[in-house]
Amino acid sequence: MAEQAFSPIETTPADPSGLRSVAADFSSDRTAFRNVSWGKAMMWIFLLSDTFVFSSFLIAYMTARMSTTVPWPNASEVFALTIGGVTLPLILIAIMTFVLISSSGTMAMAVNFAYRRDRRKTAALMLLTALLGATFVGMQAFEWTKLIHEGVRPWGNPWGAAQFGSTFFMITGFHGTHVTFGVIFLLIVARKVWRGDFDQERRGFFTSRKGSYEAVEIMGLYWHFVDLVWVFIFAFFYLW
Amino acid sequence: MVDVPFGHVGTAPESDVGDVELYHPHSWVTKYVFSQDAKIIAIQYSITALAVGLIALILSWLMRLQLGFPGVFSFIDANAYYQLITMHGMMMVVYVLTALFLGGFGNYLIPLMIGARDMVFPYVNMLSFWTYLLAVLILVASFFAPGGPSGAGWTLYPPQAILSGTPGGQDWGIILMLVSLMVFIIGFTMGGLNYVVTVLQARARGMTLMRMPLTVWGIFTASFMALLAFPALFVGAVMMLFDRALGTSFFMPSIVEMGQVLERSGGSPLLFQHLFWFFGHPEVYIVALPAFGIVSDLISTHARRNIFGYRMMVWALLAIGALSFVVWAHHMYVSGMNPYFGFFFATTTLIIAIPTAIKVYNWILTLWRGDIHLNVPMLFALAFIVTFVNGGLTGLFLGNVVVDVPLSDTMFVVAHFHMVMGVAPILVIFGAIYHWYPKMTGRMLNDALGKLHFWVTFLGSYAIFFPMHYLGLMGVPRRYHEIGDMAFVPASAHTLNAFISVVALIVGAAQLIFVFNLVWSLRSGRPAGGNPWRATTLEWQTPETPPPHGNWGKQMPVVYRWAYDYSVPGAAEDFLPQNQPSAHPAPGTSHG
Repeated sequence: MAEQAFSPIETTPADPSGLRSVAADFSSDRTAFRNVSWGKAMMWIFLLSDTFVFSSFLIAYMTARMSTTVPWPNASEVFALTIGGVTLPLILIAIMTFVLISSSGTMAMAVNFAYRRDRRKTAALMLLTALLGATFVGMQAFEWTKLIHEGVRPWGNPWGAAQFGSTFFMITGFHGTHVTFGVIFLLIVARKVWRGDFDQERRGFFTSRKGSYEAVEIMGLYWHFVDLVWVFIFAFFYLW
Repeated sequence: MVDVPFGHVGTAPESDVGDVELYHPHSWVTKYVFSQDAKIIAIQYSITALAVGLIALILSWLMRLQLGFPGVFSFIDANAYYQLITMHGMMMVVYVLTALFLGGFGNYLIPLMIGARDMVFPYVNMLSFWTYLLAVLILVASFFAPGGPSGAGWTLYPPQAILSGTPGGQDWGIILMLVSLMVFIIGFTMGGLNYVVTVLQARARGMTLMRMPLTVWGIFTASFMALLAFPALFVGAVMMLFDRALGTSFFMPSIVEMGQVLERSGGSPLLFQHLFWFFGHPEVYIVALPAFGIVSDLISTHARRNIFGYRMMVWALLAIGALSFVVWAHHMYVSGMNPYFGFFFATTTLIIAIPTAIKVYNWILTLWRGDIHLNVPMLFALAFIVTFVNGGLTGLFLGNVVVDVPLSDTMFVVAHFHMVMGVAPILVIFGAIYHWYPKMTGRMLNDALGKLHFWVTFLGSYAIFFPMHYLGLMGVPRRYHEIGDMAFVPASAHTLNAFISVVALIVGAAQLIFVFNLVWSLRSGRPAGGNPWRATTLEWQTPETPPPHGNWGKQMPVVYRWAYDYSVPGAAEDFLPQNQPSAHPAPGTSHG
């Protein structure tokens, strides 16, 4: 008489809504997030961890900027370019930001086509995303070169607080590294898409697991995150 | 009726998900060296961490020799002493405790306890161990580097950490230390993501979050915290590395060194302290929460009682985890900060006492009228409760600003944190090894040697650390390699120091009994069988012991109940495994 009286675990209505659905998911067995694959869950949690890395960098930068006793160089002047006799403040950064945000658009389109299992368009859009990412890194290299020629070093610069150069190279460098890794992985995944690995369920070289088109979306999560981080760096470093 | 709390028994829904694919090793190397099996990785992690622990233990011996008998051992000069402190602290906290609890026990127990075949990404899991090993090698390499290891103190406070007056400051020591930490964090992130995702997304049928054993809850919460806390240390390490290698001034104010004005200005040493302790305080609980979880299971199993207040235990774990992120500046009361900040951090610090006390009371209430078996794992678990209460109470002293200021930088602090995050977690580690060794090897550890090891370790560590409180209250400073003739330090303090050192040597040597036991029992221990402790959790229900690759054979386990059905009236035995559907052999035979 005992156990039959107990109801199964899933006693909640078939389609709960709002907070109830969250509670139902969390109180279910097997998975806490319904229909979320392992890879996607792992990427989300990694991005949460990475958020703490960039937050620490940005907060450290703000602390350095507030506690230094000498004036902070004026970002509008430092990052201005003179094009055809006209000095345009932040013009390069504006273009870089535009390029990176556009790459988020092409990435989103790639994800869309991946779920339609459109091999060619997915791969093409991923390559375009990688190209835009590489353009961004290239312009960043140009910006670094220009500043280095003007005498900005990690340990000092001609205009004011030494921490300006230190935080600039550290934060943009760390973000640029993220973009570079993103480009590399975009190329790897694009190659897999192009070759049809995800259609044939070909096994990975290292992990010997079958791939799926979801890899494109997971790649996209990372790429959008890197973009989002740039928005914060842009706001706090260049606009402040 | 079966006497179990409402909500813990139910049927499991039918499986609609296919079994996972496993990587099948093709050679001895891929099976045992570059293994992708979480259990092998766990053993690799554990052995490496225990080896680092032995090194760190020897370093503490050398420190105690110097403190107990100053001047006798001429090779331990002030520089060497600081190097010993630094390496002992960093090794024990990061490379031993964190790696052992999360990399060791996490890898072994998570998949087995939640009924999974392996971690979700075995390949990444393997990389995690090898990256950890690389970090250990870099750290150990600093012993052989020019100038020796860093002597900055385990907290690596700038500016002194990278100045030439500090051992390793302008040599390789600090660089190797920082690089090693960064590598460790990268390695841990790969492992930690695996542990968290495995718990969240790869549980067995019927295994709801609120049916998980508390061990899994503890390791899960700690892994998640570590993923959020280590980034701060990573950033701090990057910035200090730049300060040291590139000449930036993140942490360097205008400073005069050896009569020379350095070309540094405008940096904030306090910034490093904030970054370090934003990692450092959660780190205390990253070590403590797995210990809490493991101890809950040890006590419940060996007292044959269901854990008291399971839900409260889970919520207390989560509350401690969340609160530990807003208390970090209580390590910085004497660093100089706005008094209102001190007030805030003292308040949050003392609030942590509430969930912690809930846990301690629940352990005691679990023991209450239990059928307590005083075997070796239980002895260690009980010793943990006592030690943790002891260490926690001195935490109340140090959490208050006005009491902390005079006690800070005395031996009182050394006594406090060694009790609460040195001895207490180590006792749990020993208890857990005695508890799970039979599952890992199929053989029991020797009981007599275990009891000898326990009593020497337990009583010995009290003989070491209890007198330190007293030394601290007298004002004996910590971090001094020689106290010398200070007016306020009586001669008896020196005698006490010598006593502590002698005991420390004995306790350290007693660990050889444990190492011997581990090795000896591997071949000559009593065969354990599948479930020697008659425990309920899934890892004891595997078809084979030790569990093979894939853990469960053909049939995946299905979970019908929580992990604490001990002393169940009317059951055939006094416990019901989590994967047992019915309390009774056949329907209709139940008694009230």
